Amino acid sequence: MNATGTSDVTASAPRGGDIVRRHRLSTRLWHWINAFTVFVMLMSGLMIFNAHPRLYWGQYGANSDRAWLIIGAAGDRGLLVIGDRKFETTGMLGLWTDPAGRTQRRAFPWWATIPSSYSLADARLWHFFFAWVLVVTGLAYGLVSFANRHIQRDLLPRWAELHPRNIWRDISAHARLRFPRGAAALRYNILQKLAYLAVIFILLPIIISTGLTMSPGVNAAWPWLVDLFGGRQSARSVHFLCAFAFVLFVLIHLLMVVLSGPFNELRSMITGWYRIPKERDR
Amino acid sequence: MITRRGLVGSLAAGAGGLLLSGCNRINADPGVRSLLQSAEGLTMRAQRIIADRGDLAREFTAADLSPVFRANGTRQPAGADYEAHRLGQFADWRITVDGLVARPLSLSMAQIRALPTRTQITRHDCVEGWSAIGRWTGVPLKLLLDHAGLRSSARYLIFHCADRYPQADYYESIDLIDAFHPQTILAWSLNGQLLPVGNGAPLRLRVERQLGYKHAKYVHRIEAVERLAVHGKGKGGYWEDHHDYAWYAGI
Repeated sequence: MNATGTSDVTASAPRGGDIVRRHRLSTRLWHWINAFTVFVMLMSGLMIFNAHPRLYWGQYGANSDRAWLIIGAAGDRGLLVIGDRKFETTGMLGLWTDPAGRTQRRAFPWWATIPSSYSLADARLWHFFFAWVLVVTGLAYGLVSFANRHIQRDLLPRWAELHPRNIWRDISAHARLRFPRGAAALRYNILQKLAYLAVIFILLPIIISTGLTMSPGVNAAWPWLVDLFGGRQSARSVHFLCAFAFVLFVLIHLLMVVLSGPFNELRSMITGWYRIPKERDR
Repeated sequence: MITRRGLVGSLAAGAGGLLLSGCNRINADPGVRSLLQSAEGLTMRAQRIIADRGDLAREFTAADLSPVFRANGTRQPAGADYEAHRLGQFADWRITVDGLVARPLSLSMAQIRALPTRTQITRHDCVEGWSAIGRWTGVPLKLLLDHAGLRSSARYLIFHCADRYPQADYYESIDLIDAFHPQTILAWSLNGQLLPVGNGAPLRLRVERQLGYKHAKYVHRIEAVERLAVHGKGKGGYWEDHHDYAWYAGI
């Protein structure tokens, strides 16, 4: 690159076929640390849930109290109970067979939990170590991305983008799997922006703060935080629901990566380099 | 006969098995475990920074009480000794305070109940995830410690319990920040009744800013010590020693 930067591919208008820098190092690092961390948090969290596979609303909740969600077993059937509705889940939830061929009566099966065989203590070791990783790297990413204007420039939508017509156009483009091509592919579309913003600024903060409100030590220090969620058992329910909302985000995210060109997308998140999809023939 | 579906299936099962045994090996690795356990000290220090040592756990009203206060862990200690105490309504139960104290104490339950009391309606949070709200009455631990006079070398209190587990008798420990906390009491009453056997009769610890397993039940001896290493496997509690639960259970 010379002093004026004219040989930089981004200096001229990028076109389909060009290979350009797309993701900063901070974004790539955070992405991959998070990908691992979220996996560990989710799977160790499911094991912690297995210790008491019932969810309640309010301040308190134990076995004799009314639960709004129960994963359990009745005889040789696994059951998921939500409110008054029962779903048979034998083999998946409540009652399943472990790799040694033994029948287990636990909520989430061995392949979904860390560790794979029942241990609340070990799951807590994993969960509370990686909770620090999640919070520390998340805060660092937030600060860096604010300082380098990634959040303001790439993630915050412009007013025009928020027009219902634009949002609807993007929804129908997604539904027809017509993804942006050419230079437009370099920008996040409105659904992407809204999804990323919702996860970073709504979902993750709720997951972290409901996690904190399950701590009796934090409750004594910051009683207002548990009040915000209407009690410890409500907070535990919200924590669980938000974790599943996060799983939904990850599934859609992975689906989008696969549909929009997994090699190119993976390369850009690993190396930062991205090949702009060729413009459509008109 | 080798079918394609069978082959794919057994490959997937093989990969799953490899992954599983790999994960189990990582989980069992002592280096990994000590790395994961390092977060416990960080969490405790962070909580001690955000919380004043006198910050109180939320106290509720009678309207908030759980209809049934769940009993967990040991619900009926084994052994003829405990059974004899139960039949005698704990008239001969004694609670000793010894170790690094100037004046060791030995008190009967009648003497304990004659001491000044504190009553608090608090939420009990089990490590498993459930919560129950109950009304506890008992003697503030600080009163007993002031009577006994802690020596300056004392750093922790060990609570020796009458419930027996296969590996060892139950015990727990707290540091002096929690020992002198105004809500730390030796409770002999739950919801206006004498403490039921399932909840730790005749006497249990309430240490309201930590999880349920720290609230030692069936307490018969409180020992002031300088180091936790003097008892059991040295990690400060039955669950800590035998199941790698965290000693600091504020989370």
